[in-house]
Amino acid sequence: MHLVYPAVLAALLFCTGIYGVLARRNAILVLMSVELMLNAVNLNLVAFDVWLSRTAEEKLHSGQALTLFTIAIAAAEIGIGLAIVLAVYRGRGTSDIDKLRDTAEGHESDGPDGSGGSDNTGGSDNTGGSSPGGSDSDGTEPPAAEKAEATA
Amino acid sequence: MSPAETVTATATLAAPHTHGFLSPTGVEIAFLLVGLVTFGAALVTVTTKKLVHAALWLVVTLGGLAVEYLLLTAEFIAWVQVLIYVGSVVVLLLFGLMLTKAPIGRSPDADSGNRWAALAVAVAAAAALVWVVVDAFRATWMDLGGPAAGSTAVTGASLFQNWVLPFEALSVLLLAALVGAIVLSRKTKSELSSPPVNSRATTGSSPSVPDSRNHTFRRNGRSQGNDLTERNTPTTRTTQNTTPTEQKGTR
Repeated sequence: MHLVYPAVLAALLFCTGIYGVLARRNAILVLMSVELMLNAVNLNLVAFDVWLSRTAEEKLHSGQALTLFTIAIAAAEIGIGLAIVLAVYRGRGTSDIDKLRDTAEGHESDGPDGSGGSDNTGGSDNTGGSSPGGSDSDGTEPPAAEKAEATA
Repeated sequence: MSPAETVTATATLAAPHTHGFLSPTGVEIAFLLVGLVTFGAALVTVTTKKLVHAALWLVVTLGGLAVEYLLLTAEFIAWVQVLIYVGSVVVLLLFGLMLTKAPIGRSPDADSGNRWAALAVAVAAAAALVWVVVDAFRATWMDLGGPAAGSTAVTGASLFQNWVLPFEALSVLLLAALVGAIVLSRKTKSELSSPPVNSRATTGSSPSVPDSRNHTFRRNGRSQGNDLTERNTPTTRTTQNTTPTEQKGTR
């Protein structure tokens, strides 16, 4: 088999993962795209290990060992990542990455997602969140925030 | 021109011809077909609007990659892929989707606003990577005959002869990840259970705290006896209350 086939497939899968990481909004879909990228790397490792073990008489099988390590690290990563996503979801009520703008620099409300971003940043931004967005969401949002503060 | 020279010339001419792209072997055809299925499933995974369907198409992608590993004679990796990725990672992702109350149907805000920038970046990266890889490994041929390069015996021998120390370090890392996941799950509970202590200090005497909580949540009066359920139900109710309004705010 030509080495080009698995290499090209791995490159295409990696770029698909790049698109998913950049374009998705849900955090779990971003984790799925990260899994795609890790699998592309695994395919590269296995293909080059098979090639080197035949042509260069390489008996260490470093590619397959690294693939096993990558799979284990990916399993650990998905566990930790889902725990973080669930913790964020419990604290914020959302797993939308575009709304998690606590550490964003500059002004809070920018672009089409500004109203959603400023709604969610906690109690200090409730005064700023009522000014730019639509009237319907701002009419219903402050009682929910007050309830959250009342329980907190 | 001597006959031996012509023989070598025809051999060098014929050698790339036998490994040409226009006469692929059966393994290459199978790899190409399964690769097309895998790549298509990956594209559907990152573009579909239904979140649960994305996880299910991810199963197709990972299963296709397991078949590719089998075609590359890496049997052990293939079954590890099936066991860990298809068996546990996708199930974990589905659990995460269910626990974050992902919508079952179409969710129109699954893609971000910078989708076209992401598409440009991905297409540019794909073009550059494919061009470089094809240019570098155009004539590289790997021989898949003979004994399997990744059977369980070969992989186990190399793993436990040459890679023992990273293997053990990896087990420690898995333990750390397990403990870390538990700590991350428990930390939010302690954070959510500690604020009633503060509210108790601010509102005054402690016997009036369930009453004040009943004023904020009127449906909560029947579960006064158990403190744990009392403490958990307002938090879940607030998350249920906040989510529809925020989703309404995005649309």
